[in-house]
Amino acid sequence: MVSLLSHLLNGISLGSVYAIIALGYTMVYGIAKMLNFAHGDVIMIGAYITFSAVHGWNMPPVLAVVISMVVCTVLGVLIEGLAYKPLRQATSLAVLITAIGMSYLLQNIALLVWGANPKSFPSVIDLQSISLLNGQLIISAEAIITVLANIVIMIALTLFTSKTKMGKSMRGVSEDKGAAQLMGINVNLTISVTFAIGSALAAIAGVLLCSTYPVLMPTTGSMPGIKAFTAAVFGGIGSIPGAMLGGILLGVIEILGKAYVSTELSDALVFGVLIIVLLVKPTGLLGSKAHEKV
Amino acid sequence: MSLLKVDNIHVYYGAIHAIKGISFEVEEGEIVTLIGANGAGKSTTLNTIAGLLKPREGVITFDGKNITGMPASKMVYNGMALCPEGRRVFQQMTVRENLEMGGFSRPNSEIDGSIENVFTRFPRLREREKQIAGTLSGGEQQMLAMGRALMSKPKLLMLDEPSMGLAPILVEQIFDIIKELHQAGTTILLVEQNAQMALSIADRAYVLGTGQISMSGPAAEVLADDRVRAAYLGG
Repeated sequence: MVSLLSHLLNGISLGSVYAIIALGYTMVYGIAKMLNFAHGDVIMIGAYITFSAVHGWNMPPVLAVVISMVVCTVLGVLIEGLAYKPLRQATSLAVLITAIGMSYLLQNIALLVWGANPKSFPSVIDLQSISLLNGQLIISAEAIITVLANIVIMIALTLFTSKTKMGKSMRGVSEDKGAAQLMGINVNLTISVTFAIGSALAAIAGVLLCSTYPVLMPTTGSMPGIKAFTAAVFGGIGSIPGAMLGGILLGVIEILGKAYVSTELSDALVFGVLIIVLLVKPTGLLGSKAHEKV
Repeated sequence: MSLLKVDNIHVYYGAIHAIKGISFEVEEGEIVTLIGANGAGKSTTLNTIAGLLKPREGVITFDGKNITGMPASKMVYNGMALCPEGRRVFQQMTVRENLEMGGFSRPNSEIDGSIENVFTRFPRLREREKQIAGTLSGGEQQMLAMGRALMSKPKLLMLDEPSMGLAPILVEQIFDIIKELHQAGTTILLVEQNAQMALSIADRAYVLGTGQISMSGPAAEVLADDRVRAAYLGG
């Protein structure tokens, strides 16, 4: 019973990281109608920047995370402006291939700058674990911070999209680009801001991920990226609460799968559940079906 | 000086020459209607004026300013609003949120007052304030689309097929509202397939053939013309 609780908590913590990454996928998809497959690699760059800032330049971890967020934000806007913006009128296949190319470009830049050897990532969270039930249940500080970060981000994003002018622009653009323009909304600016937010979140996700699973390589972002993408589809791509729900469920399924089924099969289990959900509800758990125009 | 002057514009969809040199003017305070068959280029013309499409040739002047090729997102700041074909309200937002979007170009402090004005003109929308726009009826969505366009306090309101897909009783209601807006001083450029209705409320009309203006004049004269009657008004 205690071990189930412990696995559940680990699952929610891992799922929170997926959720934060999935937000980047889902917001960009909702607004630019494209899958930014380089998003996972922005996470990896974010983790490397934090690593270098703490190890190389002896910065305090909090400052390192802030710098990493700034770098990733700029990187996200650059990627969008240089690689995707010129393809606004192109077919979605061209954009998809460009995104995959961008993903490899980022991995190879990391290879060049930081080398192929895995780095041992120092946890940026310097707090004690919490011990409950006479030491039978130990909750790591990383897990708590990850879940808290996820909650804060979710609340902040919900407020942002419902209250601010830019947030409303984002909702408008995601529903109908043409109509949004007629309202006076600058679509290109809105897309850039979306990439900026998604990439800043990727930096946070990178730090949280590597604080829990402390091995950093140029390919570190790939698998979490794909899983977070799965989470976004699972929850309903384009939906912010969907990304949250999908991410957390995916994390829980993965950890429970590892614990009770098989370590090797846990990923197969994750993707199997995705296939079943999509067969039963093709728009994902919280995905909205397009309203018929009357 | 006219509020809107379209001078010999040419618009292409890829290789298709959709608009082949159209010129017309709208004076301040007028209702001008563009009528014509399906595919004549009526919506293309409006979308070009609104900046959603770029003309390959020609000049569009609005309020004394050359606006040719200006992006659509700037037009509303110039004082122009398009209520697009098919209404295109934000389906997943509430009625109120749609109106707030309509006031995107205006300072926040003026939004509530403007929404109140829209509600006074369209009492139906007040009843539906918190409802999701996608669940409104076609007529209500048309009212919302018009209300949303009015939120920017446009000098020129362009309406693209406001009667499309509506029951006859609703069509009359919508046209009554257009008349009221005109009486309140709004300049209106109206595109309609329902030529009879459009001509009955307009000051002047332009008839569009395939990409060209085939006839123009005071609405009453166009309405009385035998060729127009035969082509668009069912004899």
